[in-house]
Amino acid sequence: MIEVRQLVKKYGTKTAVDGLEFTVQPGVVTGFLGPNGAGKSTTMRLIVGLDAPTRGTALVNGRPYVQHSAPLREVGTLLEAKSVHPGRTAYGHLRALALTHGISMRRVEKVIELAGLTAVARKRVGGFSLGMGQRLGVAAALLGDPQIIMLDEPVNGLDPEGVLWIRNLLTGLAGQGRTVLMSSHLMGEVAQTATNLIIIGRGRLLADTTVERFIAEQSAGGVKVACSDPERLYAAVIRPGVTVTGTPGSQELHVQGVAARTIGEIAAAHHIVLYELTPQTASLEEAFMSLTGESVEYHGTTTAPSANPGAPMRSMA
Amino acid sequence: MTTASHARPQRDIHRVTGPRVLRSEWSKFWDLRSTWITLGIAMVLLIGFGLLSAARYDPTSDHTGRLGGSVTDAVAAAMGGQQFAQLAIGVLGVLVMAGEYSTGMIRSTLTAVPKRLPVLLAKTTMFFGVVTVASFAAVLVSFLAGHSALADTDIAAGLTDDRILRGLTGAALYFGLVGVIGIGLGGLLRSVAGGIASVVVLLMLLPVLTDLLPSDMSDSISKYLPSNAGASIYALTHDSSTLSPEAGLLVFAAWAAAAVGAAGYRLMRTDA
Repeated sequence: MIEVRQLVKKYGTKTAVDGLEFTVQPGVVTGFLGPNGAGKSTTMRLIVGLDAPTRGTALVNGRPYVQHSAPLREVGTLLEAKSVHPGRTAYGHLRALALTHGISMRRVEKVIELAGLTAVARKRVGGFSLGMGQRLGVAAALLGDPQIIMLDEPVNGLDPEGVLWIRNLLTGLAGQGRTVLMSSHLMGEVAQTATNLIIIGRGRLLADTTVERFIAEQSAGGVKVACSDPERLYAAVIRPGVTVTGTPGSQELHVQGVAARTIGEIAAAHHIVLYELTPQTASLEEAFMSLTGESVEYHGTTTAPSANPGAPMRSMA
Repeated sequence: MTTASHARPQRDIHRVTGPRVLRSEWSKFWDLRSTWITLGIAMVLLIGFGLLSAARYDPTSDHTGRLGGSVTDAVAAAMGGQQFAQLAIGVLGVLVMAGEYSTGMIRSTLTAVPKRLPVLLAKTTMFFGVVTVASFAAVLVSFLAGHSALADTDIAAGLTDDRILRGLTGAALYFGLVGVIGIGLGGLLRSVAGGIASVVVLLMLLPVLTDLLPSDMSDSISKYLPSNAGASIYALTHDSSTLSPEAGLLVFAAWAAAAVGAAGYRLMRTDA
């Protein structure tokens, strides 16, 4: 289990992590999501003690990482930035890490095999592709057979087969009861692998939820209705808690707060002909962006703000 | 999943210990091609220039302005390549520590050993040991090879002669401590270029700079400078302007300890 409490990290005047508080549970894959610069990597560095927090604590299995006598047995870490000397072989790199804990060379061979690096194990890491580098990082994370696996952007640079491998690996590890935390800036990637979800932006916690709940909440995108008499349908469905939008003169309505099935029944009761009845699901990526939109560190300038679509229905009445 | 099959009850046997970190650093050191090249160069320079100094020894000259400075005894002749060799060894020391930062390896290293200080101590111990042993072998070869060239001169000496073995051992310790200074400066500056530059300044430029001071001041400071204190360790003759071998060793070791101490302070106090 990873417990982050009131974690703050400032670099000079810049606050990278701003009062983060969350718990990563064992037994499931937890996605750690946020736009670039949100503080994901910094949080992970704080968890394994590479950086010291300005305030607050990060505990792994009940203790600060530094206090564990066999840290690689507690947490396996893959950091986003390259953390390997390019002059060493994959085997040499893993052997050096294994020796600090007295981990056997059999285990080194085993994680090399597990990561699919057998063919290049004796080659210098400097010549590795991005994907092979990621596989080596994953092998290093698994070296100590740890209870907690924490991977920063693990699918970066992997080919589709590699992505699938990571997904199966992580869900498998979680299935064994381990704590798995994987960061990403892509909602889609996390949604396919993770069960739990921690979303941060500008160093702050935005959501601590599950993927399922997040989808349910965020994709309550309403129902698109096209019918013969939009004004009468509006009058029939409108009540507190329901919003209906549409454009005057159009047959289309956008109803939020009423299930598609109910709208169909209301329309039938009022003898209104329905041409279309479609539940709208906002994509996960859109939902993620709308949540983090405020907190994106670096805004692009290519997209102009879009005009507000759909005037309030009340103007029709 | 196959990873779980590994025996968990044996958790206690896997813990980070000093000897294990030392073994890891030993393995990391010899795994790199740059180690073999740089250490090899240092040894070749030591032996090559040692031979050259012995072969070109001329008792009638004033001994100055020649390769390796003034050759006044057989150990000094064997140390003819001292300037070049110490540069190579200092550079390798810097690479051992600062290379961790320039490559990003430090993140892996400190994730495995989050208490940090054992890493610096292991690197220092390992490198001191390797350099001292290797350079003892090199100066010994250099001395024995120069033996015949110096046979008929006024400074001819055999291994068993008075102070010779002490001088050669002192030379090896000198290089070992130069390596330690390289580690310290590399760790303090976390930059290969900066580390190498500061090694050059400390060992080679500082004596030149202090010569600019008023002579009574520079005379009293001069013998405590790293290079001069270090040279006293392997010098066979001493006078009032130099330290005794023991005092020289102490002072030079203090310089090395200060460098490693500063590196340790930065290692423990700042983010990796």
